[in-house]
Amino acid sequence: MSSDPQENPRARDGRAPDVFTPGGWVPMREHDDADEVDFAIVGTGAGGGTLACKLAEAGFSVVAFDAGPYWRPLEEFASDETHQEKLFWTDQRIVDGNNPIKMGSNNSGKAVGGSTVHFAMVSLRMRPEHFATRSKLGYAVDWPIDWQEMWKYYAQVEQALHIAGPVNYPWGPHRPRYPLRPHPLNAAAEYLARGAEALGTKWTETPLATVSAPIGKSHPCVYRGFCVTGCTTNAKQSVLTAWLPRALKAGAEIRDLAMVGRIETGKDGRVTGLHYIRNGQWRFQKAKNVIVAGYAIETPRLLLNSACDRFPDGLANSSGLVGKNLMVQLNQAAWGQVKDDVRSYKGPPSLAVSEHWNYTDTGKDYDGGWSYMSQGPLPITWAKSLAGGRGLWGQALIDEMARNNHSVGLKMVGECMPDENNRVTLADEKDQYGLPITRITYALTDNDKRMRDHAVRFMRDSLQATGATECWEEMDDTCHLNGTARMGDDPATSVVNADCRSWDIPNLWVCDGSVFPTVGGVNPSLTIQALACRTADRIKAMAARGEL
Amino acid sequence: MPDRFPDYDVLAKRTSPSWNDKTREVIDQRLSMPESCDALTEQQQATLRLVIDRVVPQPEDRASVNAFALLAAKIAANKSDGFRHHRLPPVREAWQRGLDAIDAEAKAHFDTPFAQLDAAQADAILSMVQQEKVTLAQWADIPAELFWSWRLIPDIVSAYYAHPSAWSAMGFGGPASPRGYVRLQKNRRDPWEAAEADSGILISAKRKNRHVV
Repeated sequence: MSSDPQENPRARDGRAPDVFTPGGWVPMREHDDADEVDFAIVGTGAGGGTLACKLAEAGFSVVAFDAGPYWRPLEEFASDETHQEKLFWTDQRIVDGNNPIKMGSNNSGKAVGGSTVHFAMVSLRMRPEHFATRSKLGYAVDWPIDWQEMWKYYAQVEQALHIAGPVNYPWGPHRPRYPLRPHPLNAAAEYLARGAEALGTKWTETPLATVSAPIGKSHPCVYRGFCVTGCTTNAKQSVLTAWLPRALKAGAEIRDLAMVGRIETGKDGRVTGLHYIRNGQWRFQKAKNVIVAGYAIETPRLLLNSACDRFPDGLANSSGLVGKNLMVQLNQAAWGQVKDDVRSYKGPPSLAVSEHWNYTDTGKDYDGGWSYMSQGPLPITWAKSLAGGRGLWGQALIDEMARNNHSVGLKMVGECMPDENNRVTLADEKDQYGLPITRITYALTDNDKRMRDHAVRFMRDSLQATGATECWEEMDDTCHLNGTARMGDDPATSVVNADCRSWDIPNLWVCDGSVFPTVGGVNPSLTIQALACRTADRIKAMAARGEL
Repeated sequence: MPDRFPDYDVLAKRTSPSWNDKTREVIDQRLSMPESCDALTEQQQATLRLVIDRVVPQPEDRASVNAFALLAAKIAANKSDGFRHHRLPPVREAWQRGLDAIDAEAKAHFDTPFAQLDAAQADAILSMVQQEKVTLAQWADIPAELFWSWRLIPDIVSAYYAHPSAWSAMGFGGPASPRGYVRLQKNRRDPWEAAEADSGILISAKRKNRHVV
């Protein structure tokens, strides 16, 4: 049998890959399909992988499924943008709407560990008021969870991931110092800092999930700069390297190359388990509870594809909101040229950050917040920016690429508004598993456009304040995916409650970026992991009271 | 423009601590990819070769970039990027239709197949595609501007900038694992990075670039 982890499952026969040892294995507890496990989890990314760890450590029996392969980064990741596309979810999806979203590379993952295997490691907390935008700031909807509780779980995740960040964070209520010292600023980050100083706004080192000191089996980051193509040295604290080794040790089973196609419901209206395909065979895993954690496209797809006589519109969908309120984040940029040799390919791509416009509500003609960070695009990404954003091709493109070492840029992460018209639905077309694929419909709202215009202007001003010339604005980029199974206090206007438990089916849960009612102006991975930790604690408490 | 990074070659680092085994395997394979494509007709292949040459001209005095081979493999495999604009067909079909339409546009304007146009003529046709100023009815099946911005440009620049020769020409460090980098500040160069012409005060860029291992 081939040893290609994209062809044949690795986690089987009582063992799973040891991500810290080339060719290595660690023992893994296994369950029969007929075993009614406590939790079957769909997805092993920021939501599912974190939960698998927390629930297994609490003594529950857990099987976590992932459609992707189980990599050993030390021996299987190359320093190469093209080859590492193997980490992305590249199965077919149709995109439409006024602003069709480009999928694949920067907003999805198909690997054990999910998209955290190639995330940029930016680990920011959402501003307290952004958990209650309706009542505190007058727009969108409130989360059903108090910010103080979320911030307690942020601290827990920051400890678990050994986040390297500043001693004093310049915005928001007091938070403890980060577990590890911040990484040094590279030249690109220094340009963010100098621009912020010149404009009189604050900046800081970006809290990052890559270690700045030796921790466990992770060596300190070597600043190779290919973070968004997967870390080859395991400095990155992804779900693959941080939570899943703990999950396995605590008795969780991981099934790689196992695509879940349908959740089964019984006569009593509770879910009974799930159908998955592995090694070309459809199988059925019995489970007392199913947790869907497939991120904002695959989660609603699975819920919709699981429609049955009792739930003809899909599972957990009595509100009609499954698939709706999809939210990307604005990811536009400003770029310029400087005399200094910057070489922004060195180090993690975003070593400095400003959350000024997350924490400032005046001087805006729009709702919502945004942060911005320094950038370090790799060659293919940069070439696509220049060719797409400036329309360059021919010798003009080649010549501009040769000036890359003197390019600097700032890129935003901006809060898009929830809108029911932005949605995930099922298309007629089928994928390689025979499952209906998704159609993803997106249009920026007028509010989103006003935020974008303000942000690119501000970032351009910041670059110009440092002496950068030939500045230009890249207007067409988005990142992250949230919404589509929103949490709330009211079954009529939400899919799950504050515990990530579906209103309609008590033993069906959703725990990933899908449940976000709003997204704030920060990268979502830390918030997803904090939610997963909270959900695990809530499940423990409910189990103790016999309420599962 | 003269080469900004004279004599710098990312491949010189192939056996250095900047390349792990997996990277060597992947790049070795890329450099020896076949130059043919069963999924395209001879005419389509000829059109594609000139389109690539015009969109991403070869570096002067450096090893040539086999962008055609890379893109041909993608087209043959009909490899999805994970999304498809609702007005565009899948990868292979999009390329077949797009290349045919480009060729037809060339024949309509210059009475010559695209592959035999001179540089200025070819660029004129490509500009028409970019700006959606095409004239033929067959573009209804492959909207020109969408084909340009969602298929032609991303596919071609991705293929070109996957090649070490293109990395060398832009002074990119290239593969960097496990060694990574030490000097992150502005105007600081690790000895295994490219030196830029005119930046060498005591030692010329050429001399530095011959010793980047």
